[in-house]
Amino acid sequence: MSRLEIRDLVIDVPGRVDGRALSLSLEPGQMWGVLGPNGAGKTTLLHTLAGLRAPRRGGVLLDSRPLAVLGRRQVARALGLVFQERHDGFPATVRETALIGRHPWLSPWQMEGGEDLRLAEEALERLDVDHLAERLVSTLSGGERQRLAIATLLTQAPQIWLADEPTNHLDLHHQTAVMALLAGQAAEGKVVMMCLHDLNLAARWCDHLLLLYPDGEACWGPRDAMLVPGALERLYGQRLATAEVDGAPVFVPVR
Amino acid sequence: MAAAELGAHPMFAGRGMWLPLAVLALGGCAALGLSLAVGSASVAPEMLWAVLRGEGDALSRTLVLELRLPRSLSAFAVGGLLAVAGALMQVLLRNPLADPYVLGLSGGASVGALAAMLAGLGGAVITGSAFAGAFASTLLVFGLAHGTGSWTPSRLLLTGVVVAAGWGAVITLMLALSPAERLPGMLYWLMGDLSYSRTPWPPLALLLVICLLLMPLGRSLNVMARGPLQAAALGVKVRPLEWGIYLAASALTAMAVTTAGSIGFVGLVVPHMLRLVLGNDQRLILPACALAGGTLLVLADTLARTMIAPEQLPVGVITALLGVPTFLYLLYRSR
Repeated sequence: MSRLEIRDLVIDVPGRVDGRALSLSLEPGQMWGVLGPNGAGKTTLLHTLAGLRAPRRGGVLLDSRPLAVLGRRQVARALGLVFQERHDGFPATVRETALIGRHPWLSPWQMEGGEDLRLAEEALERLDVDHLAERLVSTLSGGERQRLAIATLLTQAPQIWLADEPTNHLDLHHQTAVMALLAGQAAEGKVVMMCLHDLNLAARWCDHLLLLYPDGEACWGPRDAMLVPGALERLYGQRLATAEVDGAPVFVPVR
Repeated sequence: MAAAELGAHPMFAGRGMWLPLAVLALGGCAALGLSLAVGSASVAPEMLWAVLRGEGDALSRTLVLELRLPRSLSAFAVGGLLAVAGALMQVLLRNPLADPYVLGLSGGASVGALAAMLAGLGGAVITGSAFAGAFASTLLVFGLAHGTGSWTPSRLLLTGVVVAAGWGAVITLMLALSPAERLPGMLYWLMGDLSYSRTPWPPLALLLVICLLLMPLGRSLNVMARGPLQAAALGVKVRPLEWGIYLAASALTAMAVTTAGSIGFVGLVVPHMLRLVLGNDQRLILPACALAGGTLLVLADTLARTMIAPEQLPVGVITALLGVPTFLYLLYRSR
């Protein structure tokens, strides 16, 4: 089990004042949601936590060791991301794409073996894209690509999952299925942190929330302490009506 | 559709890789054999076999071993160098339209070679001057694209394209200023011509060394094709790998250009044709490029020196005439 410790971290969003430094610890079993309006720095935060971007100040510790001193390969074995944007300049099949998740686990001279293939096939099945295994990625729909990206991360099998809007492009059923899968990973003792636009998915599935305001302010804590209608209205600059459905709060924007 | 079906056989186990490589290697040997046998005077197959075993008459031995073999091996090496360099540039720039010359390297080499010819120098001086031009161009693009420390593939591409355009203008200027009797030699060099190549061993050795060095990097290159962020997230040290690819592709291209002038088309089309047929696993594509590029150029050079024998055609014309229809046909079939 791994944990990610964020120490006095100020992410580097160009042209923004520092705001409040983040100091929190992502513990095994926790499922964090990052909420905030467009441009608040949610994606920048995830990339900084993965060591793909340098922070302006502060640092990130992976199991008490600074991310900056660890090798990329070592980080990739412990921590993985689902990106919001994906490139496919060259044609590749769905199966090949899931298999690249094994990259950090294989030595340069090693070919993917039967075990790697089995992990990839299982992940495709979990995400309900196994019937597309032979298809070229460029022929998939947006939702199918999203599920493939999550299947690739499942194949990578890191202890820490960072997901940038994992429910993007997904239909209602697959949104729920993906959130259940992420919750299942957390229940197994992994750390999950995701950016979400859907307040209601965050309210239902996450146990901790981090609110990022566009001016660099931030607050974080257990879900119930964070889901205060006034704070959320200020976060989005949008009036909200609140109801309770199926035991969870539901927020609806109103004029 | 064809590409989708063929893409359905990825090379997981490694076993599937050897069949296409064996077929390409056999094709390469056949092409080399053909290039040794045909020409202004043909050598019968049994005589060729005898010569290769160290027998045969003196005339055939001279013809095959001293005239044709070095040139054929040079053609093979240059074709392989260009195809591997093209495949690397395409991965580096994440642009399937990239070729070894896209970053202006052949322009620098051409200016170097033409300057030597214009000065009336010959032989080794032309080769050395071309290499110096290629090297200068690489450094220029490298330095300018690096700029203040942040570069992207599109910045590198744009720098290279503009530098290439600059070299193009210098080449035109030199051609316009040069005396008429020097023009044919210059034009042949610009279109690519293997009669300048002296010994095949340096390009062959470089091709082998770079292919061996690239072998353990194949999977990292596959991941790089998915974009730098995804690659970094999967444990690839992106920046060192990108510079490594750039330097390797530049060295390959510089060697090819100094051996045989700027032969177009091989570097763009061979990697593409192979990707259409074999999928996009660089561990297979890079060695396959070395074999297929070499084979294509051996065949093209054989045609170039036999079609209107004893006169010779520039081999670059042949590669384009052979390659364009083949490529268009494959592209047409695959979509």
